[in-house]
Amino acid sequence: MVDIPKPEELIKKTDTPLPSKRWENIPADLSPGKFCYPTKQKSLEYLDLPTPGREWSPADEEWPLPENWQEIIHEGFKERLEKYRSLKVFMDICVRCGACADKCHFFIGTGDPKNMPVVRAELLRSIYRNDFTTAGKILGKIAGARKLTPAVIKEWFSYFYQCTECRRCSVFCPYGIDTAEITMMARELLTLVGLNINWILEPAANCFRTGNHLGIQPHAFKEMIDFYCDDIEEVTGIRIDPSFNRKGAEILFITPSGDYFADPGIYTMMGYLLLFEHIGLDYTLSTYASEGGNFGLFTSADMVKRLNAKMYIEAKRLGVKWILGGECGHMWRVIHQYMDTLNGPADFLEAPVSPITGTKFENAASTKMVHIMEFTADLIKHDKLKIDPSRNDNKVVTFHDGCNPSRGMGLLEEPRYVIKNVCNNFYEMPENTIREQTFCCGSGAGLNTEEIMELRMRGGLPRANAVKYVHDKFGVNLLACICAIDRASLPPLMNYWVPDVGVTGVHELVGNALVMDGEIERTSDLRFEPLNDETPEGNKGEADE
Amino acid sequence: MATVEYEGNTFNVDEDGFIDSFDGWTKEWVQYVKLQEGIDELNEEHWMVINVLQDYYKKNGIAPMVRILSKLTKFKLKHIYELFPSGPGKGACKMAGLPKPTGCV
Repeated sequence: MVDIPKPEELIKKTDTPLPSKRWENIPADLSPGKFCYPTKQKSLEYLDLPTPGREWSPADEEWPLPENWQEIIHEGFKERLEKYRSLKVFMDICVRCGACADKCHFFIGTGDPKNMPVVRAELLRSIYRNDFTTAGKILGKIAGARKLTPAVIKEWFSYFYQCTECRRCSVFCPYGIDTAEITMMARELLTLVGLNINWILEPAANCFRTGNHLGIQPHAFKEMIDFYCDDIEEVTGIRIDPSFNRKGAEILFITPSGDYFADPGIYTMMGYLLLFEHIGLDYTLSTYASEGGNFGLFTSADMVKRLNAKMYIEAKRLGVKWILGGECGHMWRVIHQYMDTLNGPADFLEAPVSPITGTKFENAASTKMVHIMEFTADLIKHDKLKIDPSRNDNKVVTFHDGCNPSRGMGLLEEPRYVIKNVCNNFYEMPENTIREQTFCCGSGAGLNTEEIMELRMRGGLPRANAVKYVHDKFGVNLLACICAIDRASLPPLMNYWVPDVGVTGVHELVGNALVMDGEIERTSDLRFEPLNDETPEGNKGEADE
Repeated sequence: MATVEYEGNTFNVDEDGFIDSFDGWTKEWVQYVKLQEGIDELNEEHWMVINVLQDYYKKNGIAPMVRILSKLTKFKLKHIYELFPSGPGKGACKMAGLPKPTGCV
């Protein structure tokens, strides 16, 4: 693991002048600390994916490419151009206007021109021109074409794993080019020749093996939930006894495994459990579909489909009416934009109706999956929750829109509505850093791994900078989010750039504020911190590692 | 895969110096990581954390969540950091021969 510079040193290195050479002539920097570790052989084998056949490191001069690698990439590219009209359009229509150039958090944080979305796409587009367009075939370099060489593959590996598929650039593209989908295609092509990263594919393999990314087995899953129920009882006096794999439950609840394994997600988990108890929801948890996230999304369409199918297979097996999903980010990009054509429509389930308010979630009529923020906002709107927001009074909160819930499904108002109802102190970050213009945590799309910590701190700088603004101006001490990758990646980001600000899921705040029937007087929040503690929240060294 | 030689033992390690398989763990590995970690002498409390981690791993195939580790050892997280300066993951799990967790963590 490479040590990273101190914040005051790193900030000076973000304002890099543009290089004097053309981008094509600058090789990718694959020195230690600049790349994610490649996937371990056992995970590739588990997923039936091509393997490089030997151990390798991106720092190696010679990469383990198969003998016919150029043919594999060419054929794979051709197949995808035929399959996805969007890819062909995105390859053809960019006029290189540069509207996207300074919108990428990685460009802002690194100053590297290849992190301008237009140039990132150009890495792929130049090969497209060479292989698939007449102008490129005839005019070559003049038409922006270039040959596929091992150096290009290295460049792809470097820069398509420096993109978090957050789609902020797409918001500003006058043509609506979805650069995330370009990154996805490039990652698919790299996977065809055995090149991908362990932080993505080990979780994907775990998900098939044990039900979730973290490799938690059914008995350990149950034990962890029981552990939170003990904690809830200690704080509230209420004993909750959730069911597992219960056939005939009305609703199947699925959340990312980070919510029941990692700090601070576990407090969000407690919030869900309290909420469901509060309203008497007829729900069950599953040890088979024990993962809301889908790291397949960061690898290939095929892997997305295989992982996503588990949720629906389990819903069918248990005979539930519909699925309620937890505070996850990319899960909702999958559900909202891909599920219906990959595995849907889920006709064996019913169009979701809230059993408490009778609200029919028309937006989920086909996928049969409702985001918990919509569900809870609806409960509050119908006055179904007993809430005491003053219990969150020592928390001065701002909200980080996760890239996927905001840009991927338009979930902008619900989280704010819920937070404002359960907290008295809420302040927005500047408007060009929130809602559909939100800045990424810098670690999404499978990049929340430690070996690239400097890159993550650089990529997260614009988000942290906006948090610092509200911290300095309004005394914000808590950053709320609705994504498990955020809950994992924002604590180190805050520790680095804005150390007085802690991180929470929204349902942790809900859990603190809920007035449960028969509860004891609450003296602490779900983290066992005193309710009336005036000291700022901070990260309090609770995050693992 | 990189290897580490220590007092006549050879260990296969990953990029971050974690032992590649729990099966390859020996007491000599602990001594080796101890030097890396800059811990002078291992006391009963260090061993308690290592034993708890290993028992949990044998039963569950993963490292325990920090709070469960804290509950099982009855040590506050702060104390675990005092025992293992790199923390429960990079310090204690590494010493106990457990792999790092991956995913939304």
